[in-house]
Amino acid sequence: MPFPISQNGFELVYRKPPTLTDVPMHYCPGCAHGVVHRAMMEVVDEMGIQDKTVGVAPVGCSVFAYNYMNVDMQEAAHGRATAVATGIKRVLPDRFVFTYQGDGDLAAIGTGETIHTVNRGENILIVFINNGVYGMTGGQMAPTTLLGMKTTTSPFGRDAATMGYPLKITDLVAQLPGAAFVTRHAAHTPNAVRKLKKAIRTAFEIQRNPKGTCFIEVVSNCPSGWKMTPEESNKWMEENMFPQFPLGDLKIPKERQN
Amino acid sequence: MDENVQLMKGNEALAESALRAGMQAYFGYPITPQSEVLEYLMKHGPKRGAVVLQAESELAAINMVYGASGAGARVMISSSSPGISLMQEGISYMASAELPYLIVNVQRGGPGLGTIQASQGDYFQATKGGGHGDYRLLVLAPSSVQEMADFVFDGFALAEKYRMGVMILADGALGQMMERISWNSTRTLPSVEKPWATVGKPQSRERNIITSLFIQPEKMEEVNLRLQKKYRELQGEVRFESIETDDADVVLVAFGLSARICQKTLELAREQGIRVGLLRPITLYPFPSEILGKLARTAESFVVVEMNAGQMVEDVERAVRGKKPVYFTGRMGGMVPSPEEVLEKVEQVMSENTTEETFTR
Repeated sequence: MPFPISQNGFELVYRKPPTLTDVPMHYCPGCAHGVVHRAMMEVVDEMGIQDKTVGVAPVGCSVFAYNYMNVDMQEAAHGRATAVATGIKRVLPDRFVFTYQGDGDLAAIGTGETIHTVNRGENILIVFINNGVYGMTGGQMAPTTLLGMKTTTSPFGRDAATMGYPLKITDLVAQLPGAAFVTRHAAHTPNAVRKLKKAIRTAFEIQRNPKGTCFIEVVSNCPSGWKMTPEESNKWMEENMFPQFPLGDLKIPKERQN
Repeated sequence: MDENVQLMKGNEALAESALRAGMQAYFGYPITPQSEVLEYLMKHGPKRGAVVLQAESELAAINMVYGASGAGARVMISSSSPGISLMQEGISYMASAELPYLIVNVQRGGPGLGTIQASQGDYFQATKGGGHGDYRLLVLAPSSVQEMADFVFDGFALAEKYRMGVMILADGALGQMMERISWNSTRTLPSVEKPWATVGKPQSRERNIITSLFIQPEKMEEVNLRLQKKYRELQGEVRFESIETDDADVVLVAFGLSARICQKTLELAREQGIRVGLLRPITLYPFPSEILGKLARTAESFVVVEMNAGQMVEDVERAVRGKKPVYFTGRMGGMVPSPEEVLEKVEQVMSENTTEETFTR
């Protein structure tokens, strides 16, 4: 859709896409959820697939994603988003179906559903926000919490001997034959958002000609849970999260390889 | 040979009936004694246009039902007792989200991993809620292979009429035994408009949201009031079978397989001149309290017979309201009472030589 020129001669260069609702978001200042919501809904708008898109919200901070994403949505039980999405996609195979899940939802309580959904190669997009804590319940240790990282349930830092290691679930799902496209991104700079949006577009395009599950991890911050300012949290993420969860493609479909 | 008459296992008759009733999707997980449902549908479902998926767990399966039902499909799921326990999460969520679906419990003995033999030990779980929160399922109790098949049509129709889960509460014996079944080849179930389903938002309407989350307590109470209103409306769907209760001194009350056993007890008793009747609840929720209240005026006593430690007996006592004595007899853990054992209890009741609760063993 071309941007309209206003009567006073100013050109509209930035707008809220109609695929986002016009309500204030409940997310904390500096949180990446809003940015990722927007990137996804811009793609849905640009592809003109609002009427063919069905999303699944998780349990966690983004439990209310359906308040912001202006597409048909289902709210799943904790960890079950990909099972719910499987049910939707199987009965509506021509729709674009996505889940939006955090690390606790996708990589702890929903590990079984995640692995088996990808293993079946369900033709859906899984968007995985990894910020290393349970945000909504107040910053508890998550499966992706880094070693030594302090949370409300690892007050002295995550100890591998008693709490295990950060789970690299994206690396795990990339091994599965059912996975078509597995990639890891961030959303903390304009450049990172551009790359993320391109990956989202690729993932939705793959659903037109199904090849398997698309899985996009977004390494993210949690200023409130990490007890940092937004700026500090982004810096901490770059210095500590990125080395453990390096950005880049883990698996790309053959025809998209250069 | 009439092609509409077949000899079938209960589980297979149920599965075949689901395909005839226009079931669009089935999600399951193997568990004895109901695995034939999944096996039959895996074999016959896809070529007849149904989505059939073997999930990685009962937990995943019930959540697939949530997704598919929310997307507007006519969906069924089945399992046996331990698997149904795992599904309670999804059952509660779907009650709140008001999603229609048919769930089948081919009960086995419990608690725990229990036994694979027939039981009625899940009556409380089926009729009182089972999962968290205030909700109900409409529960149908078949007592023959024919009813295993017929109740699938009724179950889908009721689920879609009330936008709620309907459970067929069977047991391992009904699932495994073979009986004559007669198909009504002209019976169909028209599809229902589901304007609430998430199928993709056109410009012409607001987005549809399927959720069980109502964070504001005022809104959550409103949802609860709506659910309770719906459950009250179910009173019009009460079903039961009443056999020779008019002149009965002792009324046996039993559902499902127990009711078949009691039917034989009734015959044996009548041969001896003992006036025994049988009231068989077909809907366990809503429970046929009214008819039991009426029978309390004419009968001397009630004997409730169940394959459990006495669960439905509490609903019978509520219905009879202390007007007449209510006795219980039953067996547990996959054991089945014999008609003679039940008759013995009746004789004890008539000679006033028994306590209220006994196990026939």
